[in-house]
Amino acid sequence: MLMRKIKNNYLVQTSFVSKDSAPLTWLKRKFRSQASKLTAFKFLENVGLEGTNTHVKRFVQTSTVLRANNVKKENIDLQRFPVENIRNFSIIAHVDHGKSTLADRLLEITNTISKNVRNLQVLDRLQVERERGITVKAQTASLFYNYNDEVYLLNLVDTPGHVDFNYEVSRSLSACQGVILLVDANQGVQAQTVANFYLAFESNLTILPVMNKIDLKVAKPDVVLKQLKNIFDIKPEDVLKVSAKNGTGVEELLRAVVEKIPPPPADLAKPFRGLMFDSWYDQYKGAVANVAICDGVVRKGDKIQSCNTKKTYEVQELGIMHPTEVPTGVLFAGQVGYIIANMKNVNEAQVGDTLCHDGTSVEPLPGFKPARAMVFAGVYPSDHTEFSALRNALNRLTLNDSSVSVHVDHSPALGQGWRLGFLGLLHMDVFNQRLEQEYDASVIVTAPNVPYKARVFGAKNLKKYGGEEVTILNPCHLPDPHVVKEYLEPMVIGTILFPDQYLSSVMNLCMERRGEQVDQVYIDDTRLMFKVILPLSEIVVDFFDDLKSITSGFASFDYEDHGYQVADLVKVNILLNSRDVEELTLICHRARARVTSKQVCSKLKETIPRQLFKISIQAAVGSKFIAREDIPALKKDVLAKCYGGDISRKMKLLKRQAEGKKRMRKIGNIDVPKDAFIKVLKR
Amino acid sequence: MWSRYCQTTCAVVCKDLNLITGELHFLRKSSHCTQIATHGHGNHCNQASLYIHWPYCQKRCSYCNFNKYISRNVDNDRMTRCLVTELKNLLGISGVSSITSVFFGGGTPSLADPQTIFEVLEVVKETSSLADRAEISIEVNPTHLETKKLVDFQHAGINRVSVGVQSLKAGDLSVLGRDHTVEEAVRCVLESRKLFPGRVSVDMIFGRPNQTIDQWTEELQELLKICDSHVSLYQLTLERGTKLFKQVHQGTLMIPDGDVMAEMYRASVEILERSGLCRYEVSNFSTKDAQSLHNRSYWEGRQYLGVGPGAHGRFVPVGLGKDMREARIQTLEPDNWMFEVEKFGHATRRAVPLTKLEQLQEVISLGLRMQDGLTSSRWLEHQGGTGTLNDIFGSCPSVNNLISNNFLTLDARGMRATSEGLIVLDSILPYLLNTLTDFTDCTGR
Repeated sequence: MLMRKIKNNYLVQTSFVSKDSAPLTWLKRKFRSQASKLTAFKFLENVGLEGTNTHVKRFVQTSTVLRANNVKKENIDLQRFPVENIRNFSIIAHVDHGKSTLADRLLEITNTISKNVRNLQVLDRLQVERERGITVKAQTASLFYNYNDEVYLLNLVDTPGHVDFNYEVSRSLSACQGVILLVDANQGVQAQTVANFYLAFESNLTILPVMNKIDLKVAKPDVVLKQLKNIFDIKPEDVLKVSAKNGTGVEELLRAVVEKIPPPPADLAKPFRGLMFDSWYDQYKGAVANVAICDGVVRKGDKIQSCNTKKTYEVQELGIMHPTEVPTGVLFAGQVGYIIANMKNVNEAQVGDTLCHDGTSVEPLPGFKPARAMVFAGVYPSDHTEFSALRNALNRLTLNDSSVSVHVDHSPALGQGWRLGFLGLLHMDVFNQRLEQEYDASVIVTAPNVPYKARVFGAKNLKKYGGEEVTILNPCHLPDPHVVKEYLEPMVIGTILFPDQYLSSVMNLCMERRGEQVDQVYIDDTRLMFKVILPLSEIVVDFFDDLKSITSGFASFDYEDHGYQVADLVKVNILLNSRDVEELTLICHRARARVTSKQVCSKLKETIPRQLFKISIQAAVGSKFIAREDIPALKKDVLAKCYGGDISRKMKLLKRQAEGKKRMRKIGNIDVPKDAFIKVLKR
Repeated sequence: MWSRYCQTTCAVVCKDLNLITGELHFLRKSSHCTQIATHGHGNHCNQASLYIHWPYCQKRCSYCNFNKYISRNVDNDRMTRCLVTELKNLLGISGVSSITSVFFGGGTPSLADPQTIFEVLEVVKETSSLADRAEISIEVNPTHLETKKLVDFQHAGINRVSVGVQSLKAGDLSVLGRDHTVEEAVRCVLESRKLFPGRVSVDMIFGRPNQTIDQWTEELQELLKICDSHVSLYQLTLERGTKLFKQVHQGTLMIPDGDVMAEMYRASVEILERSGLCRYEVSNFSTKDAQSLHNRSYWEGRQYLGVGPGAHGRFVPVGLGKDMREARIQTLEPDNWMFEVEKFGHATRRAVPLTKLEQLQEVISLGLRMQDGLTSSRWLEHQGGTGTLNDIFGSCPSVNNLISNNFLTLDARGMRATSEGLIVLDSILPYLLNTLTDFTDCTGR
């Protein structure tokens, strides 16, 4: 009966599905309301839809596995799990070392998800995550595991695999007592393995070293064991060998989790205290907070308070992720779950905040330092009529990714837009990809730049800039050298792992990029690990690509923030027929100024079409010109033959050119096509 | 197979032409009214020039992308009947009573039977007034065979010829895929000059594969020894789909780069003007009284009828009770064209009404191709007097910039490109078109 109702209702709407998103919203809502009763596959079968529309497909793909496994998971009694029977852990690994596959197996073995549906990286819910095989957004899943006739509650807190998401990793780790350090048996230790290891090590977490993909013919377990010994001082006999793909050794791994990782240091008797370690925004439920319960108990209907904002909320719903939200009505100390409490937006659900019962006073948990943007880029709508659509898309996306900082910006060439701050390059790429994929936004993203600083002097300047240290996001705003004591640039410490045959090329690349080598060790007989301090600006564009190409793809690279360092920075102005083109102004190291300017000038020469007047393109530091290109004036531009039939054709062409001219930016006499700016501003 | 093809095309055509032919009945009934209707129009609605398209060629030239067909068995009688039928019908639709000039183009119109030319011109004389001295031109392909037909063309009513010499170098003629020799071409020019003294034009192409500036200027000097009072010089343009386009893109042939082309053009203008042939349009040079009036009428934005496969026209279909000028094109393929003409009286494939703004855009874009540019009086005629050239362009910064840099002149006489401006006209026009659009937007028209 119900089925027929849905079906009929749906068929009425079918014709619209492919045309706009309204029926999709309808479908989603319908689906959600029925989700507890039937699986997604069933639902779609019943409504006779094979997923014709890409949005529907995408929605179904992500929902199917989750919802399909969400059946009959009610009435979970969390009281059955005392703190001693709880383990909170995460898996840390380099990209592609099989973390998501291992998570799938863990979920299967513990019957969290069934084996009959195709489980492909269940915890990677975003399209970009599945496509790129990386995890961007941390997810948690609670598993029930039978060990020696006792049921244990294992909370798997998934972490992003890339160091750009370092911040997310450290947040996730704060809810854990142990980690599975996953290493590919063929590729061995990679740069991100190192970075992640130290994060876990510094957090004093129990580390379970696991070698994955032992089923591979090309596996080199001995070499990898040696690497683990050399770098991390891990004894070979402590390393578990698994094949996440085949499930080999996964059972043993689960036993090790129970045996080796300590239960959370929680006290059920103390007043409720919970650490909000993640949050996301659900269109229907508002902000959903991931919470690790440190002490006490929290129940549905409780009045809770944020230690940070002092705002109080009523708990609407709470439960565990199994692997999607399953309401349990109560969460006990040591458990990890979600809380929905009418928080209007993610800003209210501040990650790192401590939650407690209204009216009690508890010691807030240490929390996190706020995410710091490392890389900035301008984001503009490719057509200014799409401005508000892009704004909406940005708003929604930043709800789920509070680590992106947003400043309104304006470029005379590209119009109204934003300057966004990202945690790193991958973060930027992923964000832009999500913007395009999930919100269908067509955007121009300018080449990334880094936040330089200047120390100004003189009372007047201190007042003008509001302090001694000025951070510069827009190159045009770099204070003049005569009021500046010194300029500073952001540095990173990079970890590069590569086969030693590429030693000299890697060294050359690092020198070229103004790198300073601080450490160099052999991790096995042939592979080297470099630690290099590099200016962030030198790696933001193409460093990794270059590194990959000089090492035939064998190098891995990772970096961490390494503060600021004094640098000889200059502002380069680009001039067209002696007029300054503000949006092309750039800041770079003095040693790089000439090369960079030359590149910009020749790119402009390629993209600005010849015009009625000669165009000179110049780059200047202060009053000194450091690069120049000329575009000679047009010599001839007129249609040879123009009679009857040629006229219509010519008029069409002329009208298109006239339209195009209107959209160009006029600098003096020169019409500069938007393309030219985009080519220069993009990398 | 063929008949099925015809049937399917027919079905399409019928749908297409339904509207236009449906209105034709109205035209016949109300043709006596057209006279009255045309009087209301400022731009000579009862006058037009006439273009007749002969679509067949003997051989395909390697650079040509025109609407032409290589056919061994042309049905001359049927073509003639169809040209005449379409001409009569278009004259009716346009309400034109006075034909100012006739031009037979192609394809290769000199392959047509002189009788065809005769019959077409007879219809023109019967149904409209054609002045005795009206310019009646034909394009001539200078083969020996066609040269022999010149006398007959003259008897049929032709009084001006345009000879497609294209090159005086044997090698280049074969690269261009021409089917005549240099000697034949020279003879044809001389023969034409005997028959049509002072009314012979010669077509030449420059910027040919591997051509140098010196070679070209020498060739031009040679040409000056034989030519009459009119020369058309066309820069070789690579058109998509031609053999030459392919050869150049594959790298088997090289054509001079843009800057060399510009030099060739400048040198040509200088050489021709020195010998008394003045540039009156971008590609046309003549003595003062030998300009092609037919071609001038295109650039002056006057009405023209296009008859024949793929012919273009610009006129107000007063006969259909309309008052907006239309851009019209006839069906391209000769067999389909004939089929439609026989069935519906004419084969107008598309008729797009031109807005006032679009018409004025054409008037500017075409007018400025001429040495004397767009005169104030002609502008007044087309624009209707709500905005003089000076009102519209006089205060626009981008136009003033063009003027102060000596690309453009704007004065009481009108607006025209300087000789520096003419050579880069297509880069100037977008500014003028935008200024015109802004003006039209502001005045709400």
